[in-house]
Parts: sequence; structure tokens; C-alpha cells
Amino acid sequence: MTIEESREVVRALIAGIAPDADVTGINPDVDLRREADLDSLDFQTLIERIADTTGVEIPEADYPQVRSLRGMSEYIEAHLR
Amino acid sequence: MLSASLPPWSEWWAVMAEFRMPSLGADMTEGTLLEWLVQPGDVVHRGDIVAVVDTSKSAIDVEVFQDGRIAELLVDPGATVPVGTVLAVLDGKNVDVPEAPSDVAASGAAESPQVARHRGSVKASPLARRRAAELGIDLASVHGHGGVISVADVEAVETHAPTREPATTSEPAPAPLDHAAGDPAVADHAAAMRRAIANLMARSKREIPHYYLQTTVDMSRALEWLAHENAERAVSDRLLPAALLLKAVARAAREVPEMNGFLADGVFTPEKHVHLGVAVSLRGGGLIAPALHDADTLSVNELMSQLKDLVSRSRSGRLRSSEMSDPTLTVTNLGEQGAELVHGVIYPPQVALVGFGRIVERPWAVNGMLTVHPVVAVTLAADHRVSDGHRGGIFLAAIDRGLQSPQNLQEGEA
Repeated sequence: MTIEESREVVRALIAGIAPDADVTGINPDVDLRREADLDSLDFQTLIERIADTTGVEIPEADYPQVRSLRGMSEYIEAHLR
Repeated sequence: MLSASLPPWSEWWAVMAEFRMPSLGADMTEGTLLEWLVQPGDVVHRGDIVAVVDTSKSAIDVEVFQDGRIAELLVDPGATVPVGTVLAVLDGKNVDVPEAPSDVAASGAAESPQVARHRGSVKASPLARRRAAELGIDLASVHGHGGVISVADVEAVETHAPTREPATTSEPAPAPLDHAAGDPAVADHAAAMRRAIANLMARSKREIPHYYLQTTVDMSRALEWLAHENAERAVSDRLLPAALLLKAVARAAREVPEMNGFLADGVFTPEKHVHLGVAVSLRGGGLIAPALHDADTLSVNELMSQLKDLVSRSRSGRLRSSEMSDPTLTVTNLGEQGAELVHGVIYPPQVALVGFGRIVERPWAVNGMLTVHPVVAVTLAADHRVSDGHRGGIFLAAIDRGLQSPQNLQEGEA
């Protein structure tokens, strides 16, 4: 999976959690929780669905690395290998 | 003997029960029957969902209050009727009622006769809970093999439940309040919800002499404990700070019962159970505060999974009538993106509301040394007709104490 593909996966998962969010308009460098109006439960759900979809389990200690769309897609891409 | 002199019809009447349009919150005056999930002749058990009712807030699964056989349905789907209208008649006698499954009944404490509900102690895998939430299936209605409900058990129920909605995909259905623009019915709904919130909050501010207290709680122990716990957990079993905050409130409510109960006709009645109303903001606007039942007796793990389930169902419009009608104390938690402090408005006829701001890092003095700690501002809005600042302060102190020993909050208790 390329970074762009993993970014699409994350976008699709966010769209499932926050149907009203404009996922194509997400600024990749800004905190996703703010960009998509995700609360902590939504963010936790996103982490769960990423694990279900890609097999990448993100430990809580790594959450600071995956706060933005860019950070999250790079993390997924790096850990899929 | 009196009973011997009664005519036969009274014996008949004694076993017939009326199922009425419930009051799903103090702001509800009428409801629209959307759908019957039962037919005349069906045997129902207390806590079964028998109908779906639309309120100004959302569609609610309405539970029946007693065992019986449906004798007659009196109101047709689509009809809007006032609260208290008889919707159906139940025959409470001519029923061969099997015992309720023990895993539902076992959890415990005496049920209030007016309030029937499924208990939270059903054993199910986290994945099964999630799947059940997605499909809108109550776990209490699922038969688990080997005592624990699996995803397969949940899906078996789904395929054998013709009255339910068709199976959804793994993504939750959009909440009915989403995409308000463009759909007049949905826009009406949003306006109706805003009106309902306005009416209830105006009544609260008009009638309840609120007093407000505030304290700042050091969250370093709680967050360290959570980080330690979560490090060893699978993604789906991780805990959020909200679970500890809610648990600490539920415990404190047992200590200070003046915060937990209802004021009606000038008389305060403390409630034995702590059913925490959890304020959930809906996408597309609006707010709903359904009950997390028996929050004081749940373990933090159970509380976390029920919170997830409750929030997900709040947003997809599949709440139960008991969840809507009986919170005894409400908590609003602004979460990670919120403001630092909230002074809440009490939901009548409740008498208190606890608010948590965002957890933030702040300078914190310990033993004369200045360090940086994560802290949270906790507020209490309480009804001066029932309690005063002294008791309110004890209540907030109890919440603080709970959060300083997270390991003691972890376990459920009777």
C-alpha cells in the first residue's frame, strides 16, 4: 500500500465514522480530530477500524504520531511492511 | 372475602395491562408510533422492545414493562398521540412465561417496578458487542453458546429477525439528523429537537435555583493508570478517560445521595440506582442525554463498552425507552476538543449536573514544588432546593478522591 492509498483508506474510514465530515477537504497536516470533528470515542473507533482494515494496531503511546492525516497514513504505510 | 364477591370481569381486568405512550424525558408531550414490532398473540417479556416511537429527539425503541401476551394493538403506525395514551392491551395471565435468561436477570439489585430494562451484565466479546451495536441488536436477546456471546451469535439473531431493519454494512448508518440541509423532514426534526432542548432548558432555568461549584482535579494518576492498562490491551478494549470520570461520578453519587434522584411536586426522592445521563452531541446539531444504567455497579471495562454502545446508538437513532426516561444524574464531558470549563444546566426533574472540561496540562504545585500536571476542571450545577454548597463540595471532593485511586475505581460492585 502506498502512502496515497493508505491516506484513502483513512479518509474512507473517517467518512464512515463522521458522515458529515468533508473528508476530501481535510488538511493533511492538521489534527484530524479538529479537521473532522472527531471526539475521543470517534478517534478510538478510527484506530479500531484501521486495525480491522489494515492489520496495523497503533499503540496508544504512538497516538501523537498519528494525529494528522499525513502522520497516520505514513504510520500505516511504514508498519504494513 | 372481598375477592369472592367481585364479578368475573374484574378478574379479567386484573390480568389485563395497558401499554401506554411512555414519557421519554421531561420535555416530551406526545410521540408518533412509527412501527409495531409485535402482533396480537405474541408473548412478550419485560424489557422486550415492542414498538418504535418517534420523539422530537429521535426514534426510540420502546420496551414493555411487564410479561404478557399482546391482546390488542390500539394505535396504528403513523399516529401521533399524547404521552399516556393506551397503545396496546396486554394479557398478563394467559401466558406460559419462561424464566428470563439467568445472565440477564443475575446482575442483580431489585428492579423498580416502573422501570424495566436489559441489564448490562451480559457476557459478550467486545467484537460481538460492537457488531450488535452496529446491527441495533440488544445483547440480552442473543443466546450465547458456552455462556459468552460471539459475533456469530449476534449475526444469527440478525438473520432471524425479520422485523428489524435490514442488515447494515460494517459502517454505521448515518444518524437521522445528518444532512439536515435539503431534506425538509430532517430539517423539521432538527428544529423540533432545538425546540425540545429550548423548552426543557428554559424550564430548568426558570424553576431550578442552580448553584455552581468548581474544582480542579489532578489527572496524572488516572492518566498514568490508563496508559499502563491500555499498553497491554487490544485496540478495541482500550479505555478512555471518560470511563474513569463517569465511574468516579457514579461512586460519588452513592456517597452524596442528594445529587442523585428526582424532585417532583416539591419533594426530592433520592434514587437507589445511579443511572448516569451522558450528554452526547449529535452530528448535525442537537444533544441527547440517555442513561448509562447502574453506572455505580459496573466495572470500568463494562462502563467503557456500554458508553461506546450508548454513544453509537444515540447517533444512529436506536435508543431504548428506559435509557431516555430514567437518568438520575447527568454528566457532560467536553472531551479533547472542548472548552476547559462548562457550567451546566440541570435536566429537570434531576437535581444535579456534573461537567468535565478538557484535560489540559497546567502548572501544579506539590509539596512546594512547581511541576506540570494534566488537570481537569470539574463543575457541579446543583439544585438549591435539595442541597447546598457544603454537600456539593463533599460530592466534588469524592469525585476527586476517586480519580486519585483509579485502581479502586476499576472493579464493579454490588
